[in-house]
Amino acid sequence: MRVTTSKVVALLSVAMFAYFYAQNDLVTTSVVYSAIPLALPLALAAMVGVLCERTGIVNIGIEGTMLVSAFTAFFVAAIFEDTVTGLIAGVLTGVVVGLLLAVMSVTWKMDQIIAGVIINILAAGLTSFLYRQGYSIPTTLPQFDITWLAGIPVLGPILNFHGPITYFGIFFIFALWFALYKTPWGLRSRSVGEHPSSADTAGVSVTKLRYLNVTIGGAVGGLAGSYLALEWVGIFERGFTAGKGFTALAIMIFGRWNPLGAFAAAIFFGLAQAVTNQLMIDEVINIPQQFINMLPYVLTIVVLAFAAGKVRPPAAEGQPYEKEKV
Amino acid sequence: MASLLEIKDVTKTFGAVVANDRISLEVKPGEIVALLGENGAGKSTLVKAVFGLVRPDSGEIKVKGEALEFGDTAGAIRRGVGMVHQHFQLVPVMSVTENIILGDEPRRAGFISMKKAREEVLALVEKYGLEVDPDAIVEDLPVGTAQRVEILKALRKDVDLLILDEPTAVLTPQETDELLQVLRNLAAKGVGILFITHKLREVIAVADRIVVLRGGKLAGVTTPKESDESDLAQMMVGRAVVLQVDKGEAKPSTVALEVNDLRVLDDRKLEAVKGISFQVHSGEILGIAGVEGNGQRELVEAICAMRSRVSGEVIVTGKPLANMRPKQAHLAGVSHIPEDREKDGLVSSYSIADNLVLNCFDQAPYARGWIRNLDAVDENGAALVKTFDIRTPSHRNPASSLSGGNRQKVVVARELSQNLPVVVAAQPTRGVDVGSIEFIHQQLINARDNGAAVLLVSAELDEVLSLADRVAVISGGKIVATVDAEGADRNYIGRLMAGLKE
Repeated sequence: MRVTTSKVVALLSVAMFAYFYAQNDLVTTSVVYSAIPLALPLALAAMVGVLCERTGIVNIGIEGTMLVSAFTAFFVAAIFEDTVTGLIAGVLTGVVVGLLLAVMSVTWKMDQIIAGVIINILAAGLTSFLYRQGYSIPTTLPQFDITWLAGIPVLGPILNFHGPITYFGIFFIFALWFALYKTPWGLRSRSVGEHPSSADTAGVSVTKLRYLNVTIGGAVGGLAGSYLALEWVGIFERGFTAGKGFTALAIMIFGRWNPLGAFAAAIFFGLAQAVTNQLMIDEVINIPQQFINMLPYVLTIVVLAFAAGKVRPPAAEGQPYEKEKV
Repeated sequence: MASLLEIKDVTKTFGAVVANDRISLEVKPGEIVALLGENGAGKSTLVKAVFGLVRPDSGEIKVKGEALEFGDTAGAIRRGVGMVHQHFQLVPVMSVTENIILGDEPRRAGFISMKKAREEVLALVEKYGLEVDPDAIVEDLPVGTAQRVEILKALRKDVDLLILDEPTAVLTPQETDELLQVLRNLAAKGVGILFITHKLREVIAVADRIVVLRGGKLAGVTTPKESDESDLAQMMVGRAVVLQVDKGEAKPSTVALEVNDLRVLDDRKLEAVKGISFQVHSGEILGIAGVEGNGQRELVEAICAMRSRVSGEVIVTGKPLANMRPKQAHLAGVSHIPEDREKDGLVSSYSIADNLVLNCFDQAPYARGWIRNLDAVDENGAALVKTFDIRTPSHRNPASSLSGGNRQKVVVARELSQNLPVVVAAQPTRGVDVGSIEFIHQQLINARDNGAAVLLVSAELDEVLSLADRVAVISGGKIVATVDAEGADRNYIGRLMAGLKE
């Protein structure tokens, strides 16, 4: 087996947590447990990136997608006093934003970075403008107590007691990996992202596949936004997503555009955040909160600096497809 | 036997250019037909018309007796037409198997069955004798093998007619031989083959019938038995209209450009220039005649320091040039009219005036220190547009606003207006209208009369013969003969170009 930085980091982390666990199992368990809600939105948002970029569409509008979805999810849930209705509204909002990106980048062949920026600005502006104080949702999505899961030693208490989006999200990440590497859809998607004219001459419609995947990506982004508003914190505020959509792009790159790789990277980010939080609570480290808030961004920069030049993005990323002009 | 493919009177124009002018040809099952011609002769346009990638203006294309609808690629594929494109349509990061099954994947319960896929690829490999490892990643494969993958991909769809667009352009001689063997095997299995090339050797080696195109017209149909390579060379390069050039006696003086035992590699790291030596005197034009792809491009690029030399020397006005950058070659006194003006000759988004100082913008009078003197650039632009008859409303317009002929005049104006001792002109009139051709020819003669040593490289034998004072024939990376242009025997030169000894 090849020794890679990621494997070394993974092994060291496991060793570290095993040591903590031996020292204090309750606190360690709760720290790792708290990493999951920190990691999940990042992981889901990274899946949006994987879905889009694997077919050659750069999506930097993930942040905006999540923000506007969180907004509709929250306010629909608050106004209709039903969290599930909010969830449906959040996902549908994501679909609409995904379609908007697809129209701009596939049909209009716009610069995809600009298309993404448009989505982010639109999301930030709309959600700030329409934001009203004094709303609240009836309840967050329920946490499940799954008996058989709780029975697993060590991992049981970490994996138990999460909400529906968490469990579905984890299932989705594995399903996406499987679909991407084992199904005709996956083979075609990857070929469209790498070398679209090959796919085209083999009878695969580049346009249709890009539309499909960017739209599915939008739905997943909607799910990630809804998670923040309805399952995790249960509120909505201006600028609520706080850069998670951008961090997700770093995670996607760190995970080499592979769903499982990105999932692992998201867990790493989540754990780092959770450990820092705990150290703050214990007053082991005493630095201003602002520096702690910087952590995701600093990690993002470090990760990208290390990944630069080593990872290879899909070759046709960011290029609108034009049939050969003869 | 009935025809597999029948092309009747197909005509296709792009704007004012007639790419195909009433061309007819046919291919029978099991027959290998070579479509031969220089670049721009209309070969690609014709086969793309068959595959539905180009819509002809008029004419008829029939496959197995049924007329094809123009522009219908799917219909062509349905009728058993397969095409191997010049630029491979393969996903580099994927395996051979994945590339072959893409678009029509064997499945099991909704998932790709890689087992069935591999079996299918192995069966194809077996059936056609095309050795490929189904698990290899395409980007790791040598070009020749990647091409085999491309052929297998086409054959998977029960192909009766296989079209190959310049399949040997990217292959080494050995890979080429392997490909030719593959084509013979396929033909023996009843597949009709139509392949494009401008290499004579291949045509003689493999074709049952040879169709020669020249300037969009059918120049002749023959067989390897009836014609040898020199006949084919004649058919390819011969020009219906001989352009008359008005020139006086050359007055050669001292040697201005000397090339000694030059060896240069091509992009594939194969030796393309194999020990070439010649001298060009001030006040004469040395023409290099040859079928394209015999080392001309590499020779020119080495002289102009755009490509590094393996060995040998280039001496300009007595001073040897080091292996260095194009700018220094220019400063040493070499002006260069490049073969590909869009890539190497112009920045099409810059103004005409800026393009006219592209190689001297940082020197006086166009710059004072590191500040550009835009007035001087502007004046120079206005003056050259006038003297070189560049047809444009203003020299401040971008070069992209010009027609091909006028763009070439911009390049010629820039290179010849500086009166450098050596002029290297590569395909100076390619893709240029007749009026501009005449003008550019006259400018080259003027440069000679003003004492420049001109090296003219052209694929048009007539151009070389009418402009040059001496003609060197290049074949297989070597100069095989040098003769005086005055009274040179076209047939003799044609045979030399084809690589024949006599």
